[in-house]
Order: sequence, then C-alpha cells, then structure tokens
Amino acid sequence: MGPFATGITRLYGRKGWIALAVCAAILFVLFPLANLVAPKGSPLYISDYTVALIGKIMCYAIVAVAMDLIWGYTGILSLGHGLFFALGGYMMGMHLMRMIGRQGQYQSDLPDFMVFLNWKAYPWYWSFTEHFWYSALLVVLVPGALAFVFGFFAFRSRIKGVYFSIITQALTFAFMLLFFRNDTGFGGNNGFTDFKRILGYPIATSETRMALFTLTAAMLIVTLLFARYIVTSKLGRVLTAIRDAESRVMFSGYNPVHYKLFIWTVSAVICGIAGALYVPQVGIINPSEMSPANSIEIAIWVALGGRGSLVGAIIGAGLVNGAKSVLTVAFPEYWLFFLGLIFILVTLFLPRGVIGLLKFPRRRRA
Amino acid sequence: MNAALASDSDSYGGGAAAGGRVLTPGLDVSHKTILYLQDISVSFDGFKALNNLSLDIDNGELRCIIGPNGAGKTTMMDVITGKTRPDSGSVFFGQTIDLTKFTEAEIAHAGIGRKFQKPTVFEQHSVFENLELAMKTDKRVRFSLTARLDSAQRDRIAETLALIQLAGEADRPAGLLSHGQKQWLEIGMLLMQEPRLLLLDEPVAGMTDEETERTGELCTTLAGKHSVIVVEHDMDFVAGIARKVTVLHEGSVLAEGSMAQVQNDPRVIEVYLGR
Repeated sequence: MGPFATGITRLYGRKGWIALAVCAAILFVLFPLANLVAPKGSPLYISDYTVALIGKIMCYAIVAVAMDLIWGYTGILSLGHGLFFALGGYMMGMHLMRMIGRQGQYQSDLPDFMVFLNWKAYPWYWSFTEHFWYSALLVVLVPGALAFVFGFFAFRSRIKGVYFSIITQALTFAFMLLFFRNDTGFGGNNGFTDFKRILGYPIATSETRMALFTLTAAMLIVTLLFARYIVTSKLGRVLTAIRDAESRVMFSGYNPVHYKLFIWTVSAVICGIAGALYVPQVGIINPSEMSPANSIEIAIWVALGGRGSLVGAIIGAGLVNGAKSVLTVAFPEYWLFFLGLIFILVTLFLPRGVIGLLKFPRRRRA
Repeated sequence: MNAALASDSDSYGGGAAAGGRVLTPGLDVSHKTILYLQDISVSFDGFKALNNLSLDIDNGELRCIIGPNGAGKTTMMDVITGKTRPDSGSVFFGQTIDLTKFTEAEIAHAGIGRKFQKPTVFEQHSVFENLELAMKTDKRVRFSLTARLDSAQRDRIAETLALIQLAGEADRPAGLLSHGQKQWLEIGMLLMQEPRLLLLDEPVAGMTDEETERTGELCTTLAGKHSVIVVEHDMDFVAGIARKVTVLHEGSVLAEGSMAQVQNDPRVIEVYLGR
C-alpha cells in the first residue's frame, strides 16, 4: 500500500512479521523435535495427544480466518460454515475409507457400513476416490461448487443480514439430515472412522501425525497470508465498503454480487481444505459436524477474537477451543455455560474482541 | 459547440462495463439531449409515485427540480439509476442507451452518478480510499484484486481532494468528517466516476450557510462539463444557482421554466401555498 491507508488495510507491520516468524519456528521446529526426538518423560517432551489437539485447533483456526473474510470484512454472517468444513472432511474421509482396503471388520472391498447395508458395489459418486489427488480435488470443488451455487442465488436475490444467516443455518441442517440417512452412502450417523493409512503410511504413528501437524501449520500460515493479500488489496477495500454502504458501492459502478460470490466461495473452499486436514488427525467425520450449533460456534470464535483483523480470528479459535479442551475435562456438564459466559463478557467488555486489547492505542496520523 | 461535445463523448464511453456486460460504447448526445424520461409511471401498492412523467435534460445543463414532499423526486432518481423499474414509459441516456435494461452498477459505469439524500460514504475508509474506490476504472473482481494506483490516478485523486477542499483530511476515516464534509466527499466520489450526468439529492441539507454557498459555486462550475440535476428543498439555494427549474407534483411535471416564471405560476403557488 501507498502512504494512504487506514487501519483496515495496514495489517500488522514489522512486529507482526516477527511474531509470525516466531510462531512458524515453534510449529515447524520446536514441535517436531519435542515430539519425535525428545525422550518420553523429559520435560521437553510434547505428547501425541497435545500434537493432535494443537493440530485440530489449527484446523479450526483456518476456518476462523475464512469466517473473518466473509463476516468480519464483508459483513455477511454465515451460520453454515461448518457445512463446508464437514464436506471437505467427508471428501477426504471417502478416500481414507477406500484406503482401509480389506482390513475392515468384514474384510470386504467395501467399507463396513456398506457391507452392513448389504450393498454390493460402491455408489457412482465414490468413483475414483481411491486416487488421492482426485479426492484432494473434490475437497476443493465440492464445498466450492455448493457455495458458488447457493451464493449465486442468495446474493442475486439480494438476501442479506439475518435472513442470509438463517438460510445458511437451514442449509447446514438440511445437509446434516441428509448425511444422517444410511442410504445417502456416507455412513449414516456413524460417518467414517477406523482409518488405517494415508498415502501408504499408517495413519496413527507419531511420524504421520507430525507430518499432518506441520502440513496443517503450513496451511494455516498460507491461509493467513492469502487472506491478508486479499484484504489489503483494492478488492479487500471494496469488500469492507460493501459491508459499510452497499448501495454506494453499487452506485459507484461495482457489482456487489460478484464480489460477495467471490469471497463467499473462497471462504468455503478454505473451510473445505481445513476439514480435509482435520479428518485424518481426529480420525473420524460424522454428520454432527454439520449441526447448526457447530457453525454458530465458529462465529463465536471470530467474535471473541475480534472481527476484521484475521489474527483475531486465529486467537479466538485458539482460546475457545483451548478452554474447551480443559473445561470439558474438568467440568463436562458446564462447558456450554462457560462458552455463553465468555461470549457475553467479551461482547460487553471487549466489543472489538481480544485483539482489540493488543491494538490499543490506535495510531492515527494527522 | 455541438461537435465539441460529441467528440468529447468518446473519452467517457470507452472502458469496459461493470458486471461483464458491455454498454453501448460512447454516449450519443448528438441531439443535444442527455436524458429522456418519457411517460414514466411507477406505483407502489396502488400509490402512483410517478404518473406519466416526461422530462428532458440537455447535455451540460444544470437543472433544479423542486416539489413538495411525495412529489416523486426521489422515485424519479431511483428510476434513472436503475434502483426502481418503471411500470411503463422509457428512460434513455443519450440517444441509444435504454436505462431500464441495466443494473445499478452498469448504469453507474455508463456515466450516471448519484448522491443520496443522506450522505453515504465509506465511513471506515480514509477520505483518500473513498475517492480511490469511486474512481473510474475497471471494476470487475479480478482487476480489483491486483489494482495498484499509478501516478496519474494519484494526481486525479489529489485534484479532486483539492476541489472538495478535503486535501488536509485525506488520511482521516470518512466517518470522522463533519456532515457538510461528508456531503462534499460524496460529490467528490461522484466526480471520480467521471459521470456525464450527476444526480444530487438535497446536496445542501444540513450544511452551514458558508458550505451551502460553496456547494452552489461547485454546482455551477460542474455544469457544462457534466449535466447536473439537483433536487432541493432549499429555495434560496435553488434561486441562487438555477437556470431552469422543474416543479414536480403528484408524480408529474407541474411547471417548468426560469425561477421567476415558476415562482409566479399560479398552479405552483397553489401547490406550495394553497392548502
């Protein structure tokens, strides 16, 4: 950016880059060493459990960045982003199911749930999913295509605000019901689980887990930089302009439908990729990932971390999920009360989210 | 005079249209008229907001439109800018462009700029960025992603900043400007679009006397290079700048002429003072 830029476009600066480099060093160097090289029991050792937990949270953080693009910057509150995440996960899950081979309970070529349903062959939409790269393509294309088609009709009809949010809730709920059905061909309410191998490597070893962990960390950083590139471009300024005064954007000669559709689809694709990284790490995907509550939680992460800063979304996802993993162990019944309380406190006392604390005081040039 | 205007039109009409569709390149003002409204009717739930409204605006003209509340002034602007589709009648921009067939963004791109009644600027963006976003350029998504300002564009923004007297505020968020400054910024944004026709809906509402006077001067300078339609309630302001005034009443034209003619028209007096 040139000399003229407001807080919207001037993201992070030099301190931000240093912080990013430190985080990258921790994720790419410290974690692998502490998990794979340090002997068990030494104070430096990081357990597989911790690696899996952080890996999972980083997947959520990617989703949070995608959410910030569409909500924080463009002002479109999606309460269905869990759907795109789950679809990406399911596409990866299909491939992992095929990689089980004959090692399932029934020692059949088909996944157990299909044997159980007495199916004799894969449905047509399972074709080619044994090829990793085809499945990777589906991870991008399926959430992307769904978002594009849905967004095309919604934005063209000028559905906005709370109506849009409600429709996205309905969309993810409808897909959840669809995926709950056994004859949909995605394992019904059990979904996919018991994965054995990925790209030929056994999926549960520390080495594979660490590879997935570093891949997720890389994706998180790439997502952050890509999102930063978008929001600091002129396109990003148009998106925030749509958020603040859509009619002025229209009468300035921009077609807001195209801009919304672009960022909506990009956001959904990012969620799909996050879902695909999530599934091999947690070892299961089922329709509960599509429940409306999951999608609402994504919005809470972003609201808590602070909208419209990208990093805030990551912090929010980390704080909420970190607290969740501690508190659901300590007080399993009360987690939702804690979540509600955190949300209320942040809304009341930190309207700009946790990131609002860090950015203080705001610099203004005369 | 006419020839000069016709050749001038090329420099505006070029460029690609927003939204992928390309409007007829070049604006044909060979018959001196830039905007034709012919028998426009619009009704909302049986209420006739516009009733067989016909109006022509000459190229380069400054036209003031007055009328009591509910006369259809804002609806007329909505029809011209594509926000509202007329139930019947035609709207032509120049000789060839049928405005009823295009979206708001395409019409804006074709060269019609609109200032809203309530000043509408991008409050979170700096004054500079507001002008940058409004600037005439390719406004499709993929061009916006990689767009960088060149020095000619920076100069244009600087010129406009000087014209609207906001050069000192370039880096401030637009939301922090005074009401009058926002009005000016919005006019500046319209100018960045290089429109042929400017629609100004109550440009001096909420302005101080001094600001009002400066706005009047600005309107008269703009006329000639652009065609300007001003909708205003402030009679002193209109009297100060108007050459030709159109009075709307109940969705159609009641009277048209110089300010003096209109003010002495018995029908106008009745509408404004009669009831």
